[in-house]
Amino acid sequence: MISNYNFAYLDEQTKRMIRRAILKGVSVPGYQVPFASREMPMPYGWGTGGVQVSAACLTPDDTFKVIDQGADDTTNAVSIRKFFEKTAGVAVTERTSDATVIQTRHRIPETDLTEDQILVYQVPIPEPLRFLEPRETETRKMHALEEYGLMHVKLYEDIAKHGEIATAYAYPVKVEGRYVMDPSPIPKFDNPKLESAALQLFGAGREQRIYAVPPYTKVVSLDFEDYPFDPSRADHPCELCGAEDSYLDEVIVDDAGGRIFVCSDTDYCAARREKGEAA
Amino acid sequence: MYVAVKGGERAIDNAHAWLAEERRGDTDVSELSLAQIREQLALAVNRVMAEGSLYDPDLAALAIKQARGDMIEAVFLIRAYRTTLPRFGASAPVATGAMACDRRISATFKDLPGGQVLGPTFDYTHRLLDFALAAEGGEVPEPATGAATEGDLPHVTSFLAREDLIQDEPEGPATPRDLTREPLDFPADRPLRLQALTRGDEGFVLSMAYSTQRGYGRNHPFVGELRVGTVPVEMEIPELGFAIEIGEVKVTECETVNQFLGSKSEPPQFTRGYGLVFGHSERKAISMALVDRALRWEELGEDDMGAPAQDAEFVLYHSDNVQATGFLEHIKLPHYVDFQSELELIRRIRAEAMAAQGDVQEAAE
Repeated sequence: MISNYNFAYLDEQTKRMIRRAILKGVSVPGYQVPFASREMPMPYGWGTGGVQVSAACLTPDDTFKVIDQGADDTTNAVSIRKFFEKTAGVAVTERTSDATVIQTRHRIPETDLTEDQILVYQVPIPEPLRFLEPRETETRKMHALEEYGLMHVKLYEDIAKHGEIATAYAYPVKVEGRYVMDPSPIPKFDNPKLESAALQLFGAGREQRIYAVPPYTKVVSLDFEDYPFDPSRADHPCELCGAEDSYLDEVIVDDAGGRIFVCSDTDYCAARREKGEAA
Repeated sequence: MYVAVKGGERAIDNAHAWLAEERRGDTDVSELSLAQIREQLALAVNRVMAEGSLYDPDLAALAIKQARGDMIEAVFLIRAYRTTLPRFGASAPVATGAMACDRRISATFKDLPGGQVLGPTFDYTHRLLDFALAAEGGEVPEPATGAATEGDLPHVTSFLAREDLIQDEPEGPATPRDLTREPLDFPADRPLRLQALTRGDEGFVLSMAYSTQRGYGRNHPFVGELRVGTVPVEMEIPELGFAIEIGEVKVTECETVNQFLGSKSEPPQFTRGYGLVFGHSERKAISMALVDRALRWEELGEDDMGAPAQDAEFVLYHSDNVQATGFLEHIKLPHYVDFQSELELIRRIRAEAMAAQGDVQEAAE
């Protein structure tokens, strides 16, 4: 553990500032709270928002888990886990159920989370309306006025053009009937899991925003009555553990384009195989 | 049988070791010292200090060495270090009139009190590769010396101000907002915009300024004055009740005098653009002044011409190279999950489209 930095790298004043933003986010679910994001020793776009939120949440007794694309051993997940091992000296784990704080990029773990857990998301673009309106001053106004017509028009145009809503990840949701929120680039398969017993915190470092979904908050994926939301997944079982309920990565295994499907959540897959549920 | 790719941790450690080896290069060539970088690559050091928002030539030299000469990486190292430093307070505004100038030129007056001081500049060098430099150990010619100018050098704009020919600058807030301690917020006032510009990427600010010269928000700038030199930095110490000098910094200051034909609310008068940058960086200071002027269209009652350099959100959100490079390069990170969901979507939509085409064909036959 490096001793010449404060616990979890950030100084206490900065952590207080972040905690205040988190508390505001929890009080107004789905609302993007501006915060004075700091430069971290990893690049913007590589999880600086999530790292700052984790730093503000971690205590010496916590057990920390980091996943990227559902896996604990992807390079950036390893890098962030090592960062907190070095700067906070916290225990780390790959087991979802053993972790008290889980930082994630692009996935929600398959295993249901509990009230004792915090899930921290890394968010690249927190504004769900950004690609419809590039101006921050405008999008903030749209949220304030609950002016989400533009989003519904976009979803409608998708259906008119493609026969379905052509958003496969970062699928927009409405939180507690008020704010439209970007759930970060998780596959829409994960959207139903946004209604959770755990506290979910979202950190966008470069864009200087924090938002939250408190436990048991109502989170509805945007859709239409006649085109209901459909959390799709590849229509295969996992090649390794046989799971039929998990999100799958497609892996190309030979030059002929042969491919197999395996669980993206490595801990879920490994635990099933340990229990002898392999196919 | 497929085995999931493991070993991210070992790969990272090995990659770091390899990087260190590459950084050192051929060990038969002697290693660069920080002093060599600081003294002989001073303009690189200046840029890293300016965009890193931290005035420390030795740390900037270290960052350049560690970054293998990648300037944006060096700026990033300095920023990441800077963020761990406590903020004690704000200095008193530096009095650039009291600058010990190495260089001071005006493009608007042939001569002026204090005179034109050319100083160390590339401006009138012929850009011919000097092969004599390749043979190391050459003698450096001794430049001529003269007596330093006594007292303050008045700013050129102050002469124009006496005749009321240039717009008066209202006093700003005593302590401006700190971009590094508060989230960026719009509308951004001028002190905030200037902060963003002075730490903005030199290339970006240059291109924005250039675009105004080519007609995208043209503002007819004259370099009223450009000065380079050292200024003392003073800070009010609450316990003492007065300001004391805590050091000095080298800065480049540019004041532009811009044509202004008046608007519905203002009579014709010259207006100002302002640039102030750490170190010797004329290109950056002039660029900053042009962009500053372009961003002032609203307060001067000018028309929004829809030019990129007039758009504060566009300029301020995209000027920071540490943010830009991080987000750009993050697309190297795995996106398997998102790509997978896109794959499934596109396969499904294509399958439906093919089936529909098939139906049409059958019906036609």
